[in-house]
Amino acid sequence: MKESNKKKYNLKGIIKRYLFFIITLIFLGVLFAFDPNRGLKATDVIIYSFKEILLVLPPIFILIGLLDVWIPKEIMIKHLGEESGFKGIVLAFLFGIFAAGPLYAAFPIAAVFMKKQVKFSNIIIFIGAWSTTKIPMLLFEISSLGFKFALLRLALNIFVIIIIAYLIGISVKKDEVLAMYKKAEKL
Amino acid sequence: MGNIIFNGVIYLIAIVFLIISLIKSRQKTKTALIKAWNSFRSLLPLLLGIILLVGIILSILNTKTISRMIGEESGVQGFLLASIVGSITLIPGFIAFPTAALLLEGGAGYAQIAAFVQTLMMVGIVTLPLEIKYFNKKVAILRNIISFILSIGVAYVIGFVLGIWK
Repeated sequence: MKESNKKKYNLKGIIKRYLFFIITLIFLGVLFAFDPNRGLKATDVIIYSFKEILLVLPPIFILIGLLDVWIPKEIMIKHLGEESGFKGIVLAFLFGIFAAGPLYAAFPIAAVFMKKQVKFSNIIIFIGAWSTTKIPMLLFEISSLGFKFALLRLALNIFVIIIIAYLIGISVKKDEVLAMYKKAEKL
Repeated sequence: MGNIIFNGVIYLIAIVFLIISLIKSRQKTKTALIKAWNSFRSLLPLLLGIILLVGIILSILNTKTISRMIGEESGVQGFLLASIVGSITLIPGFIAFPTAALLLEGGAGYAQIAAFVQTLMMVGIVTLPLEIKYFNKKVAILRNIISFILSIGVAYVIGFVLGIWK
């Protein structure tokens, strides 16, 4: 009896976790029914994204796991923590710049940074750098939009990223940060 | 091309560290891999939904539609549209940059292109649920709103500077 209850609960949990996916799957089905051409095009993009995920994510997650296990909290706190100052900002930038992969891959890394007590504003800087100053993207941007465009955007974004981190840093309360860090332990 | 090299480098780094880790401690390596798998698994459900949603949006919003919206002499309206289109979706670089280059050839202004590229990278409404999962509602929404506003500023400056510096 207990066993079957547990199973039921699990199934419910799975449906709940995958609800968004199921809804989008239904949307895709509707798209196919009304406009097969569009449906096929959507599938093309979806397949590309899956390939990207299968290609890009495995090493990132392996590095997340290794970082979690091997790098002691104290080291992360020293270099990127509350007292890390300018060096912490530069390091957070570098982590983001030398990244590859879409922005959503940066979120689990942010979670592991939280576990290691990295300063919150440094995590936001990392996310910002990852989103817009990644080197692979920059190369692509230079080749399609030109050197001037790409470099000007990069230069402006260094300030933008710091401003974003500063503004979020002053508007988020200490206990909210603590709650996020606690949540990260479970992710 | 840059992407391929970079992915290769990241694989190489991951493999080298994995081997070092294995030599140092098999038990800890196992724990690391389990943790890697668990954090992937917790990302997966939302990620699958987001990928499908992006696919559906892009099947409706293709290069042609985007060029019509923010093409030649679309002015302030085009500028705002570019920012909004860029904010909704997370368009993979392989579509985004060629589209932007096409728009540029088609006569769109630097400001519009910059607004599109900038919001595309920094603002992600579709990925908001994921961001909320890892941060919280307030931080995720705040980050996107501030990024949107500053992106418009960046686009304006790029349009202005490249208008003079030809």
